[in-house]
Amino acid sequence: MSKEPAIIIKDVEKSFKIPLDKTSGIKQHIVNFYKRKKGYREFTALNGVSFEVKKGEFFGIVGCNGSGKSTLLKILAGVYNPDTGGVAVNGSLTPFIELGVGFNPELSGRENIFLNGALLGFSREEMEAMYDDIVDFAELHDFMEERLKNYSSGMQVRLAFSIAVRAKSDILILDEVLAVGDAAFQQKCSNYFEDVKNGDQTVVLVSHNMEAVKRYCTRAVYIKNGKIHKEGSPYEIADAYTMDNILGTEGVENDALYENKKNYVRVSIEDEDRKHVKVNVDYKNTSGDDCFARLSVMNNGQGLANIDSDKNKPLRGAGKLQFTIDKTLFNPNDYSVGVGLYKVSNLEMMAATRAMGRKIFVVEGTDEDRTGALKLKDTWQY
Amino acid sequence: MITDNMKISNIFSRRNRILLRELVITDFKLRYQGSVLGFAWSLLKPLFLFAILFTVFGMLLKIGGTLPHYPVYLLLGIVLWTYFNEATSQGLSAIVDRGDLIRKINFPKYIIVISSTLSALINLCFNLVIVLFFMWINGVDVHWYALLLPFVILELYIFSLALAFFLSAFYVKFRDISHLWEVLLQGAFYATPILYPVSIVIDINEFAAKVLMLNPAAQIIQDARYLLITPETTTTSIIFKDFWYMYIPFVIVGLVIIGASIYFKRNSGKFAENV
Repeated sequence: MSKEPAIIIKDVEKSFKIPLDKTSGIKQHIVNFYKRKKGYREFTALNGVSFEVKKGEFFGIVGCNGSGKSTLLKILAGVYNPDTGGVAVNGSLTPFIELGVGFNPELSGRENIFLNGALLGFSREEMEAMYDDIVDFAELHDFMEERLKNYSSGMQVRLAFSIAVRAKSDILILDEVLAVGDAAFQQKCSNYFEDVKNGDQTVVLVSHNMEAVKRYCTRAVYIKNGKIHKEGSPYEIADAYTMDNILGTEGVENDALYENKKNYVRVSIEDEDRKHVKVNVDYKNTSGDDCFARLSVMNNGQGLANIDSDKNKPLRGAGKLQFTIDKTLFNPNDYSVGVGLYKVSNLEMMAATRAMGRKIFVVEGTDEDRTGALKLKDTWQY
Repeated sequence: MITDNMKISNIFSRRNRILLRELVITDFKLRYQGSVLGFAWSLLKPLFLFAILFTVFGMLLKIGGTLPHYPVYLLLGIVLWTYFNEATSQGLSAIVDRGDLIRKINFPKYIIVISSTLSALINLCFNLVIVLFFMWINGVDVHWYALLLPFVILELYIFSLALAFFLSAFYVKFRDISHLWEVLLQGAFYATPILYPVSIVIDINEFAAKVLMLNPAAQIIQDARYLLITPETTTTSIIFKDFWYMYIPFVIVGLVIIGASIYFKRNSGKFAENV
């Protein structure tokens, strides 16, 4: 992988004038002029953003809604001009801020490919060369002469996405496009991204999906309130994002997976320090049967460990439990916690929280330590 | 690097030519999509128009006076005005109509305006074929100087393109302009000697006639009629007896294209935000 930069962004600032009145008319301008009103308010979307994307990198940009990442992407694509600062792009750049821009429902799939290509700056000959590849990837051979309005929405997205990934371009910019098509097509896209990650093409991906960022990206930035909050490996960024946005909403969400009037179980987390995390369990069991609680720790949708409360101390009525997890057992990553209430007699589930819910704790650390979820003790024999 | 899209050298770059072609073709394909007669409407519309004009002005009102071939004279004027109307109205809304594209892809914005006026120009060409057909039926003597017509059409195209540039950029900020322009076009239609011969105005007030003929649209339509239909047409150069005033319409066209280009260029960078 060469270290030559593909995109350099330096001190980019961008603010927008948001009109206060709904009308965009001459009258309103004259009224505002005489009243010495501004008629708009300034909103700073980006405030001094600088970073570099190297050639061949799969670069992720994450951030919540309204953090400025779409503005940043549009500046990269040249749709917006920055107020101050600059963008330098080395090579051909194809932006897909939205898939299927300029698609016309009255035109055939084939015509739409060529129109879309022209808008992206490809000639007819270049598009002819890519055409078969695009149709192959979309798996829409039988539909190319049909009008787009007769396509299902999934087919339209597939066609658009295929153009995006088959476009012969040095730098690709993709915004929130991972969730497209049926399972088979998603697998195909996933394979494609894996290939690109190891290839020469530079990709900038904007996503809310931390799993995707961790899986495909080689580096990422986290944008918060128009500034770069953190820059680093996709794992660090994903963890930082998860901590800010998912842990921040703790207690608001009801994570109940299964409960009824008689029985419920609630869980909350206190991230104590770097070594301990306290799991508080609130339960209610008025079914009359003896129950026990089972706490599960999951990572990436996979169960890692369970621990049951003492079956000789059955839980009845309402009460609280606490369990302290030793974080040093885990390698850096994020882990979710779920709790279930089970009958002692036949292990029937009485109530449970979602195991992949929002009750998450993060083990911080460097990338060298990300070698699987559980930490093994170093006892190599030489 | 973010390049300056309005550089003259870029206007006809390969990428822009491809985009322009693709937009014009798409526009043309979509225009008559779903209609039974399809493309034939491009020829049928001016035919019907002529039938109406011939009935009302040729047979009932007879304001043509002594002008020979008055119905064809009228048709040519109407066809040119229709183009002017179509090109400027379509051009006006071109940027706003393609707002969803502009917000997502970076490409030279003026291409959209050019493509919308080109669609109107293609229509004009079909209409001119119909005009030629009626000239032949009416037995109009065609002189060699009819070959100069393309220059007059070029001037008309430049004038309408310039207005389209200005209007489309203005429309992004001030939506009132579309209504205003509609009214202005209505007024201009009667202020331009399209339905009536200039001689009628001269009989009432010669100064007013001269002022009317300073309008580039009037100069263009009268010149086209002079070249194609009859040398009895009163053109700008005839009314000013070759005095330098006769060049004023050209100066106006020149000033409008320069002013409109500067205005468009200055505003096009913010289209994506404002549209």
